Amino acid sequence: MLAYIIRRIGQSILVLFVVGLVAFSMFRFVGDPVDNMLGQERTQADVERLREQLGLDQPFVVQYYKFLEQAVQGNFGLSYRQGRPVAEILLERAPATLELAFVSGLLALAGGIGLGIYTAIRRRGISANAIMTLSLVGVSLPTFLIGILLIYLFSVELGWLPSFGRGEVVDLGWWTTGFLTVSGLKALILPAITLGLYQMTLIMRLVRTEMLEVLRMDYIRFARARGIREKSVNFRHALKNTLVPVITITGLQLGSIIAFAIITETVFQWPGVGLLFINAIQFVDIPVMAAYLMLISVMFVGINLIVDMLYFAIDPRLRVDRTAGGH
Amino acid sequence: MSTPVLSVRDLVVEIPTRHGILRPVDHVSYDIHAGEILGVVGESGAGKSMTGNAVIGLLDPPARITVGQILLSGEPVHALKGEKLRRLRGKRMAMIFQDPLTSLNPLLTVGEQLEETILEHMNVSQAEARRRAVAQLEEVGIPAAEARIGSYPHEFSGGMRQRVVIALALCAEPELVIADEPTTALDVSVQAQIIALLKRLCRERGVAVMLVTHDMGVIAEAADRVAVMYAGRLAELGPVREVLTRAHHPYTAGLMASTPLASQGRKRLVQIPGAMPRLGNLPQGCAFHPRCDRAQDVCRRDPGPTLDAYRGRAACWFPLNTEEKAAT
Ligand SMILES: Nc1ncnc2c1ncn2[C@@H]1O[C@H](COP(=O)(O)OP(=O)(O)OP(=O)(O)O)[C@@H](O)[C@H]1O
Ligand SMILES: [Mg+2]
Repeated sequence: MLAYIIRRIGQSILVLFVVGLVAFSMFRFVGDPVDNMLGQERTQADVERLREQLGLDQPFVVQYYKFLEQAVQGNFGLSYRQGRPVAEILLERAPATLELAFVSGLLALAGGIGLGIYTAIRRRGISANAIMTLSLVGVSLPTFLIGILLIYLFSVELGWLPSFGRGEVVDLGWWTTGFLTVSGLKALILPAITLGLYQMTLIMRLVRTEMLEVLRMDYIRFARARGIREKSVNFRHALKNTLVPVITITGLQLGSIIAFAIITETVFQWPGVGLLFINAIQFVDIPVMAAYLMLISVMFVGINLIVDMLYFAIDPRLRVDRTAGGH
Repeated sequence: MSTPVLSVRDLVVEIPTRHGILRPVDHVSYDIHAGEILGVVGESGAGKSMTGNAVIGLLDPPARITVGQILLSGEPVHALKGEKLRRLRGKRMAMIFQDPLTSLNPLLTVGEQLEETILEHMNVSQAEARRRAVAQLEEVGIPAAEARIGSYPHEFSGGMRQRVVIALALCAEPELVIADEPTTALDVSVQAQIIALLKRLCRERGVAVMLVTHDMGVIAEAADRVAVMYAGRLAELGPVREVLTRAHHPYTAGLMASTPLASQGRKRLVQIPGAMPRLGNLPQGCAFHPRCDRAQDVCRRDPGPTLDAYRGRAACWFPLNTEEKAAT
């Protein structure tokens, strides 16, 4: 088990390294940061000097190496635009994104698993079929459109909920939270739905498919033949077996919530890291972009690792096979 | 004679399809008494599993019982639904499936599955349920039952898993067990042990057993009486020695001739010509007539005398071996 974890962490580091390399090689196509930084009245000498100062005159492999060298020490450099340490800016913005992602993820998980089970058990029912049809809309509408529709309905027409921003936040020193004020909670609703809806429908459809599959298995039939009550057949025998394959996809889906947050944050002008990234692209703020991408990669890789650990917890067959053959 | 544990009377199972109504079980009647094993044989698709599923109330829709009765110790159960039916399953009648690899939930220990079943049907404490679970495992021949009760199904071999399945079927002490090809998926060496186990439990506990199988050897070894099914109908029903040595129905005779049986001492196996017709296009009259060398006009018109549980042995107009027994 320990050997397995160590091996997986090794693989993860390799993945991170490659992702960073690819990202760095692409920054050159985004534009030249020097253009933005120097304004109209500049001389060729100014440009050269700044390039040298930022290290942009060097090949990107060297730039990447320097970036990594600093990054492992927790130093992501200074933002070209704000002139402040990138780590500081990210930390400032992170609570907004994490709170949004947390609420969306919870919504997607609870809603997705709940509705998935419901539509599988009642697969011939009218409401289950209605939910399935509606979920097609959820999957096919792009996120920004859902956001705009929600804003139109609940902010413009009904005036119930705010259409942008985080509302009032409480500063806890190291963290700012919107959970403690009414306006903060209200401001969370629309973005959270927008961000979570797609994942929720995906998880729901996945859970439904898996559950239907499991309900056809012999051991479910045998449980019924032994007179086990329906509730126990569905939730004890079937659900647990459903969750094994669902966990992987769900884990990755939750990861992509943070990645997708870029769009939602833009639509709702949500002051999180996604919005920061979008602004960074416009300004070709390489240190910010690089740090953001690394952060997202670390997160995905981390989720992957956790998902694998969860497998061990749920499926006894893996526990035996891996410990027996893994050393 | 005492009331049979299971009486199937004139049972018809139908499946409505786009091309008309199929009848996988067509007017089938038989009894099984306490402590008796009824073997059910027949080609694939003959309706053996359908009959068993109908008895335990596990027909997959759209298949349903349209005619007939199922009596469990004299009590009609064919019309029971939902909760009432669930309470009977496991408690008074149980089923064993073909494949022990897939019959057990891979994520629950065998102890959890046994205790759950016992707690469901018997009014006992958790500790008592556990004690009974261990005793049940011991009874079906799992060595070191106490230690293995916390094991997961994948930690047992195929034969041991089928023993666990049998323990699960029997743990709430049912009167009737339907075993649908319980040894088909097992190694030949293990098959005999499982059959011997079933036979022993049947005798010791006085359970009525319906043993579905393709294996004539298993029938000869374990069954008291045998029912032969063909295209949804009962072709022949009688004591096992009688049916195996002096089949009345030409289909049974053909089945015997095509199975290697030590007791018969035959050298060459004879295949029955043709194949069993599909349900959607059964011939007029006796379903076996196109393959039967004794068929006459009446066989092509009329399905033949129906077998009921009391009279008659073969559903055939021109049965074999009915002359004086000395002649054979
Ligand atoms: N949903 C269905 N629609 C149409 N026909 C069906 C359906 N389910 C079962 N059948 C038919 O019912 C018949 C009886 O099937 P059954 O499973 O009882 O056969 P069996 O005697 O148990 O065969 P085997 O030895 O292969 O297990 C078969 O001919 C099968 O094709
Ligand atoms: Mg069958």
